[in-house]
Amino acid sequence: MITAISCSGNSMDSQVDTRFGRCPFFAIFDSESGKLRFEENPGKEAESGAGPAAVKFIASQGAQKIVSGEFGFKVKPLFDQLDIQMISIEGNKTVREIMELLKSN
Amino acid sequence: MPRPLKTRFVCSEPAVSGFRPYGGSTDGGSVPVVILCEEYEALRLSDYEGLSQMQAAGIMQVSRPTFTRIYISARKKIAAAFVEGRSMSIEGGKVIYNDGWYVCGKCGCKFESGKKEPSICPLCGGGDCFRKYDPVGEIKRSAGFSAMRGCGCGKRKCLKKR
Ligand SMILES: [Zn+2]
Ligand SMILES: [Zn+2]
Repeated sequence: MITAISCSGNSMDSQVDTRFGRCPFFAIFDSESGKLRFEENPGKEAESGAGPAAVKFIASQGAQKIVSGEFGFKVKPLFDQLDIQMISIEGNKTVREIMELLKSN
Repeated sequence: MPRPLKTRFVCSEPAVSGFRPYGGSTDGGSVPVVILCEEYEALRLSDYEGLSQMQAAGIMQVSRPTFTRIYISARKKIAAAFVEGRSMSIEGGKVIYNDGWYVCGKCGCKFESGKKEPSICPLCGGGDCFRKYDPVGEIKRSAGFSAMRGCGCGKRKCLKKR
């Protein structure tokens, strides 16, 4: 199962960025192989449509879950359509902490 | 020119699709007043649930001025229906129901499960430990909590408003 995590940097100790469409990076974690990679968010500086563009990007990475903060009404129906499950967290968690949770899963 | 409709978040479907007056001379026969779904929601959060406009705007994910505009429009329409003896129809707007969320009691995350009941938490894998996410209840609980925290201990500053 592949999970995308919106994050502020490209290391395991980077914080989860709760601004879904505007985060600088996405961590792409495969819980079966344990592999983790970081991809730059191609739409982070887009003038508009950053949310929908990020949804497309995440889908193209094969993700079935997305961990972020708030999801707006532009992206919610898109995730629903693509069957990508939205997970929202508050506070300061790192990519590493999210990975640990997903591994115990 | 009318403003183009924007999509809004709404958590609850109206209980009925409209209201009809009785007595008097009209019986609601004239053109009904159309209350948009987001206007219904704004009135529900503000006047029925008693949230502040700031809190209500947060739940609907609109700015505070936008919320105020929606809310005032709802009040005006309902006043018009009352005074003119017209029926009301709750419909339209461009809304997305944002109500399929759960809170995991184990890891604390919030996740969407759509129409189906969740079986495990998609983040920590915990089972049997979630509750339906209720933003209004959550706001009320945390408000009650912070009002009580400063009360009765005699040492901390009382947070209760007079
Ligand atoms: Zn959990
Ligand atoms: Zn007190």
